[in-house]
Amino acid sequence: MIRYFSSNFSHLILLIGIFIMIIPVWLIFASSTHTALIINTQGLQFFLGDKFLENYTKVLLYEGGFFKEITVLKMFLNSFLMATGVAFLSVISSLMTAYVLVYFRVKYATLLFWIIFITILVPLELRIFPTYSVMSTLNLVNSYWGLIIPISASAIATLFFRQFYKTIPDELLESAKLDGANTWRFFIDFLVPLSKTMIVAMFIFMFVFGYNQYLWPILVTSSEQYWTVVMGLKMMSGSIVNKFAFVIMSMIPPVLIIIVLQKYFIKGIFQDK
Amino acid sequence: MKKVQFKSNYSQYFFLAPQLGILLIFLYWPIIQTFRDAFTMQDAFGFGRQFVWFDNFLFIFDDPAYFIAFKFTIIYSFVITLVTGAIGLLLAVNANNVMHGKSAYKTLLIWPYAIAPAVVGVMANYFFSERFGLLYHLFNDLWGFNWYESVFDSYIYLIIAGSWKQISANFIFFLAGLQAIQKSVIEASIIDCKSSFRRFWTITFPLLMPTTFFLIIINITYAFFDTFGIIDTTTIGAPSGETRTLVYKAYMDGFRGLDLGSAGAQSIMMMLIVLVITIFQFRYIEGKIHYN
Repeated sequence: MIRYFSSNFSHLILLIGIFIMIIPVWLIFASSTHTALIINTQGLQFFLGDKFLENYTKVLLYEGGFFKEITVLKMFLNSFLMATGVAFLSVISSLMTAYVLVYFRVKYATLLFWIIFITILVPLELRIFPTYSVMSTLNLVNSYWGLIIPISASAIATLFFRQFYKTIPDELLESAKLDGANTWRFFIDFLVPLSKTMIVAMFIFMFVFGYNQYLWPILVTSSEQYWTVVMGLKMMSGSIVNKFAFVIMSMIPPVLIIIVLQKYFIKGIFQDK
Repeated sequence: MKKVQFKSNYSQYFFLAPQLGILLIFLYWPIIQTFRDAFTMQDAFGFGRQFVWFDNFLFIFDDPAYFIAFKFTIIYSFVITLVTGAIGLLLAVNANNVMHGKSAYKTLLIWPYAIAPAVVGVMANYFFSERFGLLYHLFNDLWGFNWYESVFDSYIYLIIAGSWKQISANFIFFLAGLQAIQKSVIEASIIDCKSSFRRFWTITFPLLMPTTFFLIIINITYAFFDTFGIIDTTTIGAPSGETRTLVYKAYMDGFRGLDLGSAGAQSIMMMLIVLVITIFQFRYIEGKIHYN
């Protein structure tokens, strides 16, 4: 163990860090269990109140939007569909592209490499209106595909899979070839099972990325039925305690996934075995 | 590249098709349109389109609001990079230093990474509201904080809101970087150098350079693009457009002002900035840092 300073000092610094991370969320959570009257007269609360069930069930069934076409429950369903769609589409397509980049002797390999990876430099925010006009040309505005596809158009996961494949020993393909595996069998029977940790890590990464989208859903969903949680937050009217409750609920899916699957996430991103 | 590979055959097209198809239709096509928008002007009714060379670019350079957004974006990315990097490093060094509870600390410090910027913004709102905002009142008592009117105060507001969750990302990467340093290197350095403070800055920190520069790029990208959700849920550019990033301004001009030519030109300017930063990263920095 290499020490720079005493362990007690380290614990103190870390506890301060954790305090800074947890206290804002705790105050909002504790306040979300009180009545609006208490918040409006006494400000944010540190201790829990007794209106937890009442405030949270009210939010779930709350009808949002101008036309009251959507409930918060439906927003969660939309967000879940969008995030899962983004994760599936980008992980599967990236897995396949990286396979060709590493395992095939392709003509124009360098050109292909640049066509794919230069796109990382052009995030959606830089082409947001033209993307919208493409979506409306293809009739994908106000649809789940409209929410999912442009967010999945990213080569970040491809970059990670490519790095990972490159660490796999050459002998794997040699022996698979001896066994008579064709390109499809090698991919499905050897490569995909080997990349399991990486696949989970990229799935989490893209799920959180999809769930957290804000600007794109605002632009592409003029119909309230397709609203997602993160964009719905700003649109929500209603009493302050219900807003607090909505904020807390909106964090739960991505935070839970990161905490529960933390091991895979960190292993995959840093590729330590 | 691999020494053993499959020969080029038809199945490669099958494997390439999904991603290449998506990128061509949903990324390259819009990028081409961005260039078309930037170099043309639409007439008021949206029927005709005229090639205007660099008029849209000249127009944004004439716009004082563009330079305000430029200034804010540069200051904001610099401060966020510095603040989140420093705090992330401090926490990572200490988490690497403790014997017990390392994984518990890790879990308790990384979860804010998962929270959406827009959600962070809505939350920050509550702490900076005039009515019951704890930080608003604390700062107001200290120096008369009022972000509705003071540019400096609105910067403080957005720096706090923008840094909070990004500390987690910096912490994770610095911790991984520290754990990757070989024990023998550090053990040898203990013999040579008694002062732990000096040892950190002369041995450990230089070994962390690859992580540091990776994080600089990550943090700049975050401040450029991901902070849209934070600004749109907190200051909305107040006071008088002083806290708009380049991305936020381009969006507002395109969406509210329906000026796609200007939005396109602004997007291309931003692509150039990103390109310059990336080239700088590869050419200048990658050549100068130490890898173990």
